[in-house]
Amino acid sequence: MATALKFEKPNGEMKWIGTRPVRPDGVDKVTGRAKFGADMSLPGMIFGKVLRSPHAHARIKSIDTSKAEALPGVKAVVTRNDFQDMPSEITPAGEMLINYRDVMRNVMARDKALYEGHAVAAVAATSNSIAQKALALIEVDYEVLPHVIDVMDAIKPDAPVLHEDMFTEGVEPTPTKASNASKRVEFAIGDIEKGFTEADVIVERVFDTKPVHQAYIEPHACLASMSEDGQAELFVCTQGHFIVRTHCARLLGMDVASLKVTASEIGGGFGGKTVVYLEPVALMLSKKSRKPVKMQMTREEVFKASGPTSGAHMRIKIGASKDGRITAGEAELYYQAGAFQGGPIGPGAMCAYAPYDLENVKVIGFDIVTNRPKVAAYRAPGAPISEYAVESVVDEVAKKLGIDPIDFRLKNAAKEGTRTAYGPKLGAVGLIETLEAAKAHDHYKAPLKVNHDHGMVGRGTASGFWFNIGGETSTTINVNEDGTVTLIQGTPDIGGSRASNALMAAEAFGIDYDKIKPMVGDTSALGYTFLTGGSRATLANGVTTREAANSAIAEMCRRAAKIWEIPEDAVKWENGAAVPAGDNAGKFEPMSMAEIAKIAGKTGGPIAGHAHINVQGAGPSFGTHIVDVEVDKETGKVDILRYTVIQDAGKAVHPAYVEGQYQGGAVQGIGWALNEEYIYGEDGKLQNPGFLDYRIPVASDVPMIDTVIVEKTNPKHPYGVRGVGETPIVPPMAAIANAIEQATGIRFTELPMSPPKVLKALDEDAGGTG
Amino acid sequence: MAKIHVTTEINGDPVEFLCEPEQTLLDVLRDELNLTGSKEGCASGDCGACSVMADDRLVCACLVLGAEAEGKSVETIEGMADGEDLHPLQQKFLEHAALQCGVCTPGFLIAAKALLEKNPDPSETEVRYWLAGNLCRCTGYDKIIRAVLDTASDMRGS
Amino acid sequence: MRYERPETLDAAVALLAGAPSRTRVLAGGTDLLVQLRAGMIDPDLVVDIKAIPEMRAITADDGGFRIGAAVAGAELSEHPDVKNLWPGVVEAVDLIGSTQIQGRCTLVGNLCNASPAADSVPAMIAADAAVRIVGPSGSRELPVEEVVTGPGQTSLEDGEFITSVFLPARPARSSDAYLRFIPRTEMDIAVVGAGVSVNLDESGICTAARVGLGAVAATPLLVPDAAAALVGTPIDDAALESLGSAASAVCRPIDDKRGTIEYRTKVAGVLARRAAVIARDRAKGIAANGGAH
Repeated sequence: MATALKFEKPNGEMKWIGTRPVRPDGVDKVTGRAKFGADMSLPGMIFGKVLRSPHAHARIKSIDTSKAEALPGVKAVVTRNDFQDMPSEITPAGEMLINYRDVMRNVMARDKALYEGHAVAAVAATSNSIAQKALALIEVDYEVLPHVIDVMDAIKPDAPVLHEDMFTEGVEPTPTKASNASKRVEFAIGDIEKGFTEADVIVERVFDTKPVHQAYIEPHACLASMSEDGQAELFVCTQGHFIVRTHCARLLGMDVASLKVTASEIGGGFGGKTVVYLEPVALMLSKKSRKPVKMQMTREEVFKASGPTSGAHMRIKIGASKDGRITAGEAELYYQAGAFQGGPIGPGAMCAYAPYDLENVKVIGFDIVTNRPKVAAYRAPGAPISEYAVESVVDEVAKKLGIDPIDFRLKNAAKEGTRTAYGPKLGAVGLIETLEAAKAHDHYKAPLKVNHDHGMVGRGTASGFWFNIGGETSTTINVNEDGTVTLIQGTPDIGGSRASNALMAAEAFGIDYDKIKPMVGDTSALGYTFLTGGSRATLANGVTTREAANSAIAEMCRRAAKIWEIPEDAVKWENGAAVPAGDNAGKFEPMSMAEIAKIAGKTGGPIAGHAHINVQGAGPSFGTHIVDVEVDKETGKVDILRYTVIQDAGKAVHPAYVEGQYQGGAVQGIGWALNEEYIYGEDGKLQNPGFLDYRIPVASDVPMIDTVIVEKTNPKHPYGVRGVGETPIVPPMAAIANAIEQATGIRFTELPMSPPKVLKALDEDAGGTG
Repeated sequence: MAKIHVTTEINGDPVEFLCEPEQTLLDVLRDELNLTGSKEGCASGDCGACSVMADDRLVCACLVLGAEAEGKSVETIEGMADGEDLHPLQQKFLEHAALQCGVCTPGFLIAAKALLEKNPDPSETEVRYWLAGNLCRCTGYDKIIRAVLDTASDMRGS
Repeated sequence: MRYERPETLDAAVALLAGAPSRTRVLAGGTDLLVQLRAGMIDPDLVVDIKAIPEMRAITADDGGFRIGAAVAGAELSEHPDVKNLWPGVVEAVDLIGSTQIQGRCTLVGNLCNASPAADSVPAMIAADAAVRIVGPSGSRELPVEEVVTGPGQTSLEDGEFITSVFLPARPARSSDAYLRFIPRTEMDIAVVGAGVSVNLDESGICTAARVGLGAVAATPLLVPDAAAALVGTPIDDAALESLGSAASAVCRPIDDKRGTIEYRTKVAGVLARRAAVIARDRAKGIAANGGAH
């Protein structure tokens, strides 16, 4: 059996990989047939709703649910009393770390409500309107406490403390006074002081960013059904149904095997659907009511109680010599984590200088809790924030040195063998290729043109890095009796991964893409599979699909050998058929998959292939973006005139969906740069929990997004894939800030660069210079 | 409060339903009639995921009361294909990879169809402004706009 | 909540007159349903006026147009004669929400929602539009600028509702324009809105003007000082400068999630100037685009 992970090197003659067929789930999605999180129903189903804290910070003195329980039609009410308190322990969970005590307390508040929108109780009733009425009948006695929203306010000595048992980790000696700083991290190489003494130019800047939400269009939703014997089913929109199973079983004290989780189609996630919110509550309501319970968040709940990513305060200092070498890069990062520890400060700190080959780097980061919703992963978690700040300063240093910003990056670019500040040396990476492609691109050379009377135009560039990850992955391939293939993957398909997986399977078997039917298996169908995130789905499934296909192919070769009555090693697989390995093996016509499968019952039974692998060998992906902007000097509004994304994909399995990732990431970044932000009032309440005032880009805000797919093969992957989903959101904020600087001469150091902020700076600049 | 009896037409079929006065047309489509192709993304008219046609007007089903459907003709995504034949927009969305997660897709298709019926030869800018009420967080809109322009071009040609 | 759909004006008047105060009129519903879903309102009775024929009509009247309270934005935009007469009002209506919202929203609803930032209201004020109100004690007319008395507040009495807006006739060499500022290109509430209507004489001198501003005070404003800056001038740079200053001077905005006091005050002047240029050029027969900015 072909079990060893030996892959042929990717070659240029792949038949299916690199083509653009219609996705297998496409028709369901253009006809409304596809079932998303809120689209499933079960007989006898009732409806659950959550009561949420109106206060940013409050002690919950008591909860009286008696009136709600007495309302006709109410079938169950749950509060903190229905859930166990969990011990505090940190567990790795993909790109983030989790602590089950915090997860539980975020799902249902215990002693305190820590943010506006924190779940305090939930009801299930025979109709949505009854459930809504029941919420109003629950009486919660709050003792309102002082709150803190801003990340730097939270670490002032007199700040209200969220968790009395939080003592900053990573500081020697460990503080004896509780604070809102959960930990300090540091990544350093070389001698930072020496690096600055070697510099001819030093630029130091302070940056601030606001929390932004993933803003997937589909709100969180699930349908839970628990039977009297404790067996349960959960249907949910999630990036990882196996991790939902893990979390729910752990929080509810269930055997993992007693819970079957099915991933519905998922209406966007971007990292935000990697944690549990409603799911344990729905299961508990179902347990108490003995009925299937459907729950879905309103858009307001999505903004107030799920997501976002951190806002941050950052100090960046970069030194460079006259010849354009960066001699030192320093960063001090303060990321807010929301109400519980565990924001993306780790990856943020690791990525800050990752695009550069530097001798002297020092990055210090702090994870800080505030009275806001607990942050969740958001597309390259942490990296867009720190890299925005660094790429802004890099642009400024290049200008001070009089060097083209792309040339400056080329002089310092990370490459194979570069030692990262966080430890390992990089393998083969494609940053230099993206920079060279950017420089050669028509966009970089095209003249800038003012379009409006009051317009000022500028062009900016920035690069970005994300690690990408592999992780635990299972795949089953069933060769059906007609020679078609059922391909079962364990990663929910958010952006076309069934299509890319089917292409890789078609390539492995040498049969037509149309003969492969990919699907996402539920948690009972496959071994544990980590979630869709970290840009890992196509990368990891490529490894397991190839491996599962190889084992099915080996079995088919054995069947052919049996039929031909020749030794097993005298049969090989070619163009979708078993053939004799050579002239000595004998003369036999090739046996197709269909022919072998048809008589499988007579040659040894069903044919299948399985792979269960903790996939290693992810390849980092670098990108470089170019953007042209026009700034209205009378209103401060920034228009995006032209945008180009250049990124290394390793190998683009389905190029249309790779382009889609580039374009979507860039436009999310445009929103982050220009208008998206969480806006809080003095009362600690979110003022813009809806799409009206949380302003994600609309179709008329953006131009076409041009893309260039660079393919610098990932040598550790059977098809050369790197993973592409996250890197595209890293460069836009700095690229746009750099373009605005070129247009206006003003360096903006706060996101978003919204019209009032831009106009104020323009006016102050005009005042200051006469 | 007694439910309201409503007689209407949905995707060409006569339909009767009972609804609470507060229920929206979207609630009725999804929860009472099991037509879950129209999605709830915001329930405030800001995302367009529940776009439907009501008497040949493009509307958000979340901003129409179920009771208002009385005597109307409603078209949803479930009625867009003609039997086994996808509408040209549905086909072009597939060919252009104009969807990733697909949750906004029904709304975009209904809205784009309304555009092309009104304006068979829209400019890119006209398409972008017409579809500004349909939010997509995955695609950056590029491939959606291309799919609509390409469909318009094909439909004019045929 | 009770839902009623009367088919005559008399029936609607009777329903509203006989009902408790927690009553809402439903036309387009684009504000009403949002408020219902958000729990901001909890009416006992909703009266849908769309089955009353005259509420759905656009009628030529005395050289102007009477627009029924249930005429949707898209229907108004599709009416070529209204657009020719009052392009600024029509472009203001067209800015209310998305295409989907346009299929439902109404001029009267936009007015009665009484938001300081309503797009159509500064344009209607500039157009010197008036509303017809019916109620238990009969019918009355009121200038648009007297309808809104504060955020969410109108001068309508209990049981009264607006049945139509009247856009008057206008002389030759006159036109109007509306501009608003929003952070995106679509889907936002106005941070500032400015409607300007001008009449010119044969030599291009402004003989009359009206200026309406939105989102810069508790109610949409009629700004006579700003209009006065234009009258007697060819609407040249100097006049535009004083128009802008007068517009900014009248602003009493708030700091909120959509804009700052400083920003709104400054941009009110900018937009008033830009809208006046468009209105002037239209009055001279030069094609010009208003709308979003």
